[in-house]
Amino acid sequence: MPTVDLAQTPVRELNAGLHRLTPETNETHWRVLNPRGRHAIAAGIDAPILIEVEGHVGYYCAGMNKQATVIVRCNAGQGVAENMMSGEVRIAGDASQAAGATGCGGLLVIDGNASARCGISMKGIDIVVKGSVGHLSAFMAQAGNLVVLGDAGEALGDSIYEAHLYVRGNVKSLGADCVEKPLEEHHKSDLRRLLEAAGVALDPASFRRYGSARRLYNFHIDNVGSY
Amino acid sequence: MCGIAGIFLKDKALEPKLGRLLAGMLGTLCDRGPDSAGFAVYGSGMPGLMKLTLRLPAKFDLNALLPALSTAAGASMSPVMHDSHAVIGVPRDREPAVRAEIAHHPAVSIVSSGRRMEVFKEVGRPDKVAARFNLQDMAGTHAIGHTRMATESAVTTNGAHPFTTGPDQCLVHNGSLSNHNALRRDLRREGLTFATDNDSEVAAGFLTWKMREGASLEQAMDASLAALDGFYTFVIGTESGFGVLRDPIACKPAVMAETGDWVAFGTEYRALADLPGVERAEVWEPEPARVYFWQH
Repeated sequence: MPTVDLAQTPVRELNAGLHRLTPETNETHWRVLNPRGRHAIAAGIDAPILIEVEGHVGYYCAGMNKQATVIVRCNAGQGVAENMMSGEVRIAGDASQAAGATGCGGLLVIDGNASARCGISMKGIDIVVKGSVGHLSAFMAQAGNLVVLGDAGEALGDSIYEAHLYVRGNVKSLGADCVEKPLEEHHKSDLRRLLEAAGVALDPASFRRYGSARRLYNFHIDNVGSY
Repeated sequence: MCGIAGIFLKDKALEPKLGRLLAGMLGTLCDRGPDSAGFAVYGSGMPGLMKLTLRLPAKFDLNALLPALSTAAGASMSPVMHDSHAVIGVPRDREPAVRAEIAHHPAVSIVSSGRRMEVFKEVGRPDKVAARFNLQDMAGTHAIGHTRMATESAVTTNGAHPFTTGPDQCLVHNGSLSNHNALRRDLRREGLTFATDNDSEVAAGFLTWKMREGASLEQAMDASLAALDGFYTFVIGTESGFGVLRDPIACKPAVMAETGDWVAFGTEYRALADLPGVERAEVWEPEPARVYFWQH
């Protein structure tokens, strides 16, 4: 198992090594030591590997991730898993602002809280936050699921397109064009799958669902067949 | 950009190491604010005296000024030199006379006053500024520092943080305020004076004014949420305390950490990574529009 100690090795060298991996690589399990809040750790990976980071990370950890599973044992700074395409990112502590921003796919699980703008402009990523999320989460969210076991801050889902938001706790306020919607059986089944993936045993019926009232953007859902 | 570092010690055994801890934090934040730096250290007081920190121009002969200052102070004084700054102790009732004497020398500025606070700031890379003032050897109970990347006003020593507008009170700021001109006018009417056109100095002045009107630091910080328009992360020092406040939108980054021995603030976690016992610290992001405050 390759172990990279960032007290000795620059982040660029770690990332260059990760970027060189091919799909057939045997180096499938990496450990990263002493991250000490450095930025862009394990960003831009495109290989089916597991990386465990033993400590707090700075900005943009696991950004643009494809295929890899990145586990951070402590907190993450701004923009963790930003623009993730596939794979998994798991944060054992809290995440700062803009977690999972613009993510197109994959699963981001945050065991603690995520601060403001979690899932901003998400485009297909699934995000499960076991704690609470800050203000303006899922701002302009386009696709994917944001699941929050705790509370959501002000202006949840402001200017939302077609993402699904599920919150178990209180929502301080909903943003423009975001409304509560019925939790249908197929939503419960989606939610059950996401909760299982996040390792949470909770009844999907204990969540409330929020989404777009579709009054703010020009696309009308009745015209979906025309595209 | 800009970077803020602050540390408040709970464990007295760490007090001799305060300056070294802050110097390390500021060094890490050089890349967030390479143009100037400053810091406030709350060290031991001089019984019965107010400390004035003076900034002197290059090649200024302070000894030539000492007889006049001593006469104004009614006592002889022995300044403690830190590069371009000097700290003098002045009997409290003689402070106005000493200030009046210093006013005859426009090249000399009074950077701060207080029973315990000393403020040092200069243009230059923060690690070099800290080394010039020998920050690593300073002791105290709490200290705050700032690395500046100027956006709002010129890169000058006066424009560097911390800003102080009252005894033992100082503030460092990451962000920019949009209503500082109107607020500065209001505060001038209340009798406050400002040394710069800088927005952050107005925030410091607002807190000083509120506390002068009887508010606690916590109440003053709470009032600034309504009075200040713009974005900001503030770290504020008083003689006995240390406060943190972020605006409601919270654009500017902030991380806090706390152990049984200390509480620390860093613009990024990187700044906290060398603190003793940080691996066991509770680490969290301060919430927007919430006043955090610690006091001895």
